[in-house]
Amino acid sequence: MRHLLSTADLGRDEAVRVLDVAEDMADVSTRQVKKLPTLRGTTVVNLFYEDSTRTRISFEAAAKRLSADVINFAAKGSSVSKGESLKDTAQTLAAMGADGIVIRHPASGAPRVLADSGWVDAGIVNAGDGMHEHPTQALLDAFTMRRRVHGAGSRGRDLDGLEVLIVGDILHSRVARSNAWLLRTLGAHVTVVAPPTLLPVDVSRLGVDVHYDLDEAIAQVRPDVVMMLRIQQERMAEAFFPNAREYARSWGLGAARFRSLPEGALVMHPGPMNRGLEIGDEAADSPRSTVREQVGNGVAVRMAVLYLTLAGDREDSL
Amino acid sequence: MTTTHLIRAVETIDGTRTDVLVRDGVVVELGSGLSAAGAEVHDADGLLALPGLVDLHTHLREPGGEGAETVLTGSRAAAAGGFTAVNAMANSSPVADTAGVVEQVQSLGDRAGYVTVRPIGAVSQGLEGRRLSEIGAMARSRAAVRVFSDDGHCVSDPLLMRRALEYVKGFGGVVAQHAQEPRLTEGAQMNEGALSAELGLGGWPAVAEESVIARDVLLADHVGARLHVCHVSTAGSVEVVRWAKSRGIDVTAEVTPHHLLLTEDLVAGYDSRYKVNPPLRRAEDVAALREALADGTVDIVATDHAPHTSEAKDCEWDAAANGMVGLESALSVVHQTMVETGLLDWAGVARVLSSAPARIGRVHGHGRPLAVGEPAELTLYDRGVSRTFGTEHLAGRSRNSPYLGRALPGRVVATFHRGYATVLGGAVVDEHEIADRAARVAATALLAAPRPAAAP
Repeated sequence: MRHLLSTADLGRDEAVRVLDVAEDMADVSTRQVKKLPTLRGTTVVNLFYEDSTRTRISFEAAAKRLSADVINFAAKGSSVSKGESLKDTAQTLAAMGADGIVIRHPASGAPRVLADSGWVDAGIVNAGDGMHEHPTQALLDAFTMRRRVHGAGSRGRDLDGLEVLIVGDILHSRVARSNAWLLRTLGAHVTVVAPPTLLPVDVSRLGVDVHYDLDEAIAQVRPDVVMMLRIQQERMAEAFFPNAREYARSWGLGAARFRSLPEGALVMHPGPMNRGLEIGDEAADSPRSTVREQVGNGVAVRMAVLYLTLAGDREDSL
Repeated sequence: MTTTHLIRAVETIDGTRTDVLVRDGVVVELGSGLSAAGAEVHDADGLLALPGLVDLHTHLREPGGEGAETVLTGSRAAAAGGFTAVNAMANSSPVADTAGVVEQVQSLGDRAGYVTVRPIGAVSQGLEGRRLSEIGAMARSRAAVRVFSDDGHCVSDPLLMRRALEYVKGFGGVVAQHAQEPRLTEGAQMNEGALSAELGLGGWPAVAEESVIARDVLLADHVGARLHVCHVSTAGSVEVVRWAKSRGIDVTAEVTPHHLLLTEDLVAGYDSRYKVNPPLRRAEDVAALREALADGTVDIVATDHAPHTSEAKDCEWDAAANGMVGLESALSVVHQTMVETGLLDWAGVARVLSSAPARIGRVHGHGRPLAVGEPAELTLYDRGVSRTFGTEHLAGRSRNSPYLGRALPGRVVATFHRGYATVLGGAVVDEHEIADRAARVAATALLAAPRPAAAP
């Protein structure tokens, strides 16, 4: 993999391979010395134009466990906030010898522009771009599902036949897009559930089924996994729905609705959660919730992605 | 320097061949075997003579945006594309909302001498959509402005739009509306549809254009005024305009070359050269726009030539400026999309790129038929060549063309403006020579004008 920009670029075998390498990385994380020499001498820059401490430290931990040198470049407090262009920043990083750039950017497509521009030679990993994609989040979600479903026998398997509901702000969600494409590639069937205001007017390129009513969707789809998306506070001011109470009642995973899920259905959330809005305590804290696992698996998956994009063919050095 | 040109054996838009003798800015003789005595002779065998092209929608960027374009460099780009007149949009800085600014733009155009530059006046002060600009003063100024537009912004306030339509009626003016409902296009980055959902870019819904056009044709009907719709981009807009025309409403509409050729699929790589407002639309919209131009529902092609510096484009999609340069490529794009498809003949091209825009914009002395006694505003076009469009074909200051690397048919070989050549052998004539020619023509015109009676 030269770059990781979009889950739509991944074929089934490639996606399974990323998850398999992530299994190896997860094994490393259970050792007493949680470190591999694989990326020694390699410089990874975390170029973050948005605040996202969780994603940044996850990538930072991943890079450090692979022995890479990590530079954190936050837009705030740097020349970016003084208006330096993406081009100049990229060229600055190239001059510093960055081998890999992990970029989080509010503009959809910014990682693609960086990869196609010729401004920098580094491998580019998309850590979330605008309303477009968040591929490593989708990979860690798929990894988490696969482990829960197939357990120790996960390697080489995909998510064939899994029924997944993604609930919430599909319109603005990069997590939803990346998951829609990746889960489908892995053989799962994805249904999105949201008020019509929070769905794109045309979802035909997302490859998903659509429901407006969550209870109806649960009854009809009988999901194996329910993924609740975070509702941003500003959506209420923008009249996407009347108020938090109405949203929680209709699309939140409260106690009663949680109990209506098929037995064993997983509850996922990319975090951070708005408890009482899109998810209630009973669901969030149940053993079927994978929220904390997702965080842990995130490091393993990001190690796999950094390894595959930056170590290239040096697989045998693992 | 000769002021007489003999254009030999050129083909006219009705398919006949003729020599054209031009003297002192006027076509003085047509026919075969005309005498070349004292004339500069141009062999035009195989070339097509079109009336000089007229652009109703050009951004020349001066004053204020000289890094991207000036009146001079934009005029050069226009001449290279076969244009002899352009209408300069009002969104300069300062905005063209006073007589002083429009007179300045016009005089810069006169001095440059490549084309007739007709300034467009702003509808509202500062393009802010609140109070009318000095429309009357601009109309009465030396620039005699007849087209008013807040282009770049929509006159979204229905009452202000009504007033503007009524006010310009008094002197035969027209309001050229940039139809874009602002609330429906907050954060809009591309056409709204399946692809915007995939790319995660804010959607620019077709209804935001169509609803404003629908409102405006009804307003124009109600107050009996003339309305021009800038850059229609959707199949639905075509339907609304068609309906309005069938009701006898006095509305005209333009389409840009890029909306006749390019579709939203180009946005998929986030290459900001394809970022434009209104955005590139679906293939169905392109087909509907071509149909509409062919059947007259859409009256004209206007370039919306929008130069930008490389800094304004060399960045992520959200941050990139909207717009494309289009003067140099317009005729070739119309050739490809309308003539090669059999939708328009060359007389039709002359209509949509010259006579109709001249009529709508009241651009006098342009868009005239090729006849003795008519002004010598002519473009000689080679239909038989194909070229890979490159930066060497751009003659303005900016490089933001969406056609770079594309094969386009045809080539402008020569352009004549006020009887002198601004383009010869496919190359733009030196700016000092053109300025000198323009000054001589202006001096001659001044001498020929009736002298005012001596003061008592």
